[in-house]
Amino acid sequence: MRAENRPSIPQGTLDMLILQSLAVAREMHGFAIADAILETSEDVLQVEEGSLYPALQRLLVKGYVVAEWGKTPDNRRARYYQLTAAGRKQLGIEVREYLRVNRAIHRIIQPA
Amino acid sequence: MLGAFLRRVRYWLANSSERADLEDEMHLHVALRAEKLRASGLDHATAEAAARRAFGNRLRLHERSREMWVGTWLDDLMRDIRIGWRGLRRTPGFTIIAVLTLALGIGANIAIFQLVDAIRLRSLPVKNPHQLALIQLADRKGWRGNQTKPWPTLTNPQWEYFRDHQNIFAGALAWSSNNLGLGTDPRPVRGLFVSGDFFRVLGVAPQLGRVFTPAEDRRGCGVPGTVLSHAFWQSEFAGDVGILGRKIILNQQPVEVVGVVGSEFTGLEVGTGFDVAVPICSQATLWNAGNWLDEGAVWWLTVMGRYAFDQDLTSINARLPVLSAALFQATLSPKYPRENAAEYLRMALRATPGGAGVSDLREPYEDPLLLLLAATGLVLLLACANLGNMILARASTRSHEFALRLSIGASRLQLLRQLMVENALLALGGACAGLLIANALSRYLVAFLGTEGNSLSIDLRPDGGLIAFSTVVTVGCCAAFGLFPAWRAAGGDAGDALKSNSRATPTRSGSVFRQVLVVAQVTLSLVLVFGGLLFSRTLRNVLGVDAGFRYAGVLTAWIDYSRLNVPEPARWSFERELLETIRTTPGVASAAESDVTPLSGSGGSSRVWLEGSQRGQGIDAKTHFIGDGYMETMGIRLLAGREFEHRDTVAAPRIAIINQSMARHLGISRNPIGHRFRKEANPWLPQTTFEIVGLVNDTKYFSLKEQPSAIAYYSTAQDSNPAPSIQLLIRPRTPGSQLAAALHQALKAKYPAIGMDTRLLETTVHEGLLRERLLASVSGFFGLLAALIAAVGLYGVTSYMVVRRTNEIGIRMALGARHRHVIRTVVSRATLLVAIGIVVGLALGTVAAQAARSMLFGVQPYDLSTLLLAAFALVLIALAASLVPAVRAVRLDPIAALRRH
Repeated sequence: MRAENRPSIPQGTLDMLILQSLAVAREMHGFAIADAILETSEDVLQVEEGSLYPALQRLLVKGYVVAEWGKTPDNRRARYYQLTAAGRKQLGIEVREYLRVNRAIHRIIQPA
Repeated sequence: MLGAFLRRVRYWLANSSERADLEDEMHLHVALRAEKLRASGLDHATAEAAARRAFGNRLRLHERSREMWVGTWLDDLMRDIRIGWRGLRRTPGFTIIAVLTLALGIGANIAIFQLVDAIRLRSLPVKNPHQLALIQLADRKGWRGNQTKPWPTLTNPQWEYFRDHQNIFAGALAWSSNNLGLGTDPRPVRGLFVSGDFFRVLGVAPQLGRVFTPAEDRRGCGVPGTVLSHAFWQSEFAGDVGILGRKIILNQQPVEVVGVVGSEFTGLEVGTGFDVAVPICSQATLWNAGNWLDEGAVWWLTVMGRYAFDQDLTSINARLPVLSAALFQATLSPKYPRENAAEYLRMALRATPGGAGVSDLREPYEDPLLLLLAATGLVLLLACANLGNMILARASTRSHEFALRLSIGASRLQLLRQLMVENALLALGGACAGLLIANALSRYLVAFLGTEGNSLSIDLRPDGGLIAFSTVVTVGCCAAFGLFPAWRAAGGDAGDALKSNSRATPTRSGSVFRQVLVVAQVTLSLVLVFGGLLFSRTLRNVLGVDAGFRYAGVLTAWIDYSRLNVPEPARWSFERELLETIRTTPGVASAAESDVTPLSGSGGSSRVWLEGSQRGQGIDAKTHFIGDGYMETMGIRLLAGREFEHRDTVAAPRIAIINQSMARHLGISRNPIGHRFRKEANPWLPQTTFEIVGLVNDTKYFSLKEQPSAIAYYSTAQDSNPAPSIQLLIRPRTPGSQLAAALHQALKAKYPAIGMDTRLLETTVHEGLLRERLLASVSGFFGLLAALIAAVGLYGVTSYMVVRRTNEIGIRMALGARHRHVIRTVVSRATLLVAIGIVVGLALGTVAAQAARSMLFGVQPYDLSTLLLAAFALVLIALAASLVPAVRAVRLDPIAALRRH
């Protein structure tokens, strides 16, 4: 299980992935988000796990997520993140943009 | 945008706890990952290591997270400030000149703005000043009587009717400021007659004791007490709390001190503070010159109303006419001239915004102050242009440094930012020093505007408007002088600058820009110098005007003998006795009675018409009551007939002396003596016929600036109702002698209880010219300042050019060029710039002067000789400023100049 064997996520999509993960669950702490991205992608995508935190901070600055300290089920202190309305809107924008670019690339490499 | 900024700030404040939080979060993450790996079968140590590896470098992540929040701008800013500070300290000469020019420019601006703000813009220091409305006559047609203020006022019967019958306002108040005498040997203090509700309606609370109640302000109240101003309480009683209940003497009456108001309240008249306030009803007791409470023709009270939250001026003005009609109907005095009664009944009240108070400064000084504000704006612009030039020159000598920094990886934006930080430091330094200068300058100006015995109280404490103004000026300056040079310096090509051998490699656009700046400087300073000269000439012209009489050395004396209790029938002979005492005092050449102080701005006029003609064919003639010997005392020439004499008493037929203008206007220039004219009735005198017994030359009446107009002189000896006071004009034998003291002594020796107040007529005349003196001295100062700044700018540009062309000059001189050729090369460019600047400046100056036309006297806004003088002065200054570096250029040793390469 070596990280280097798996493709790292495409540049600029980390924010979208985090927002999407939070859109599914109501609230999650950092580790859960990283794990969710890994699991949902069936282990294809590997987040460099630490880079999640600056990304989360960036989203906090922009107001797309809010955070609150709470306890994990086994009573450990953890910061839980939640999507805001602005975050949900941003997610929509980013997904649409991503799909548009993706379709374009797809058309280039597989001409109809 | 703002939300993100606030979140950043919160993070920055919580920086240390956030760091610990992040650490906790990361720690939990690694632990959870390791547990998961262990669950999948790895042993403890391997799982830990793998979890750490997957996580990445924690320290780097901390850095990135911090950057995410605060960026690096704060750290960068501190570094830029340090670098900028070092840079400025390396060139102290530049820094000092830059800060000084800015300080002068900013300081002058703030000082003038402070006065404009205090006189024009500032709201009264009372509760909700915007709800106050000034109640005044809408139209003064048919107005007769005696008005004590420069703005329209009301009589006490009118005020009382208004107070008792109005249902428009939530509250109403009235006041009048009049001097009172303090102490047994009276000296004047500033009194304020106020309505009982005055302080309560304004929302001014006492700091000590209490304020008046409406019940105290009733007829026959005597003097129920006085409320002191904070300043008077401090200066007179050193803030003694025990003052309450004590008695002070006001106009010979003992009056109990009942309260002191807070320091923020200085009255409702801008520029006029007050010392003691007493209820309006006490006027009857305090003044022995007459009871004004029932006087229907003495207009002495200013009235204001406070309206409720849900009202506005439009709705109030819609409701006022009904009240007005009833008010004027009810208050028509039987003494009011019958001819004007109908007009009196048609008068109406009007409400205007009262939140800024009333002021007799506003009208005369509003325009001059705005003009001076514009002039200071130009000075500041000039300073900015000059500074921009200096910074450009500095930047071009530093282009090597900039190129180096660009080539080792600084971004252009960083370079720009660093230069702007440096400029901001200069602007900040200039602003701080400017505030100090402003403080001194505005104090000087206030002292300047105050007149003898009547100092101005203007609130110069900084308020929001002033702070906003200073900030805008400073930031605007910084942008104006710094942005272009910084942008240019940061935009230079690194390669070019590094390759070049020369330390200074000016690009073409830079030197063009600098030359444009020099032209702009010459233009602006020409405008300012021209303005300064115009106003100086105006002052000189006004002072040179022939008043028609000689006022140099003449004293005005106001003598109050009310404490001698001379009965009315005996007053006339007492005044003769008094006059005789004065005339025989050593040093007195002549003395005469006069109810008007010439050129003081006070006086009045009434309608006169020749007997036999209709009233409508008459003219307005200024009224001047004089005693015998007046023409002689003032040096007025008697052209025909005679002066007033002893025999012209109350019993004799009424006579008058007229001036040339009056004779001309009445159409009796050829032989005015013996003609009779009628003078309209006023509240105190019925319509009367006067016989003309004398003709004198024209004189100025209100001010030196007026055109000659009709003046009728009447005899005080025929005034049937003399008050126990007399005003005299006294000419000394030798001007400038200590006559006033001698007169005091002579009178006091004979009548110890007499009150006497003397001052030089010249002082009064000069005070009437305050506006002209203010404009002449301040604009002259700005003109000088402007010329100085332009000279510095030109000097800078020329010497920079010399430095740039050192090589060329060296070669030329080595090849045998003569000194004067070199000087000519250097000076010719400067001359061209100055010439362009002067031409533009002349055009702009005449346009600007046109706008100030109403403030000029005896000189046209396009006055050729003044324009030439201004241009000549600037050429002279420019020549001197560019000659210095040129001469330095020819002193260059050719060899040394060439070696510098």
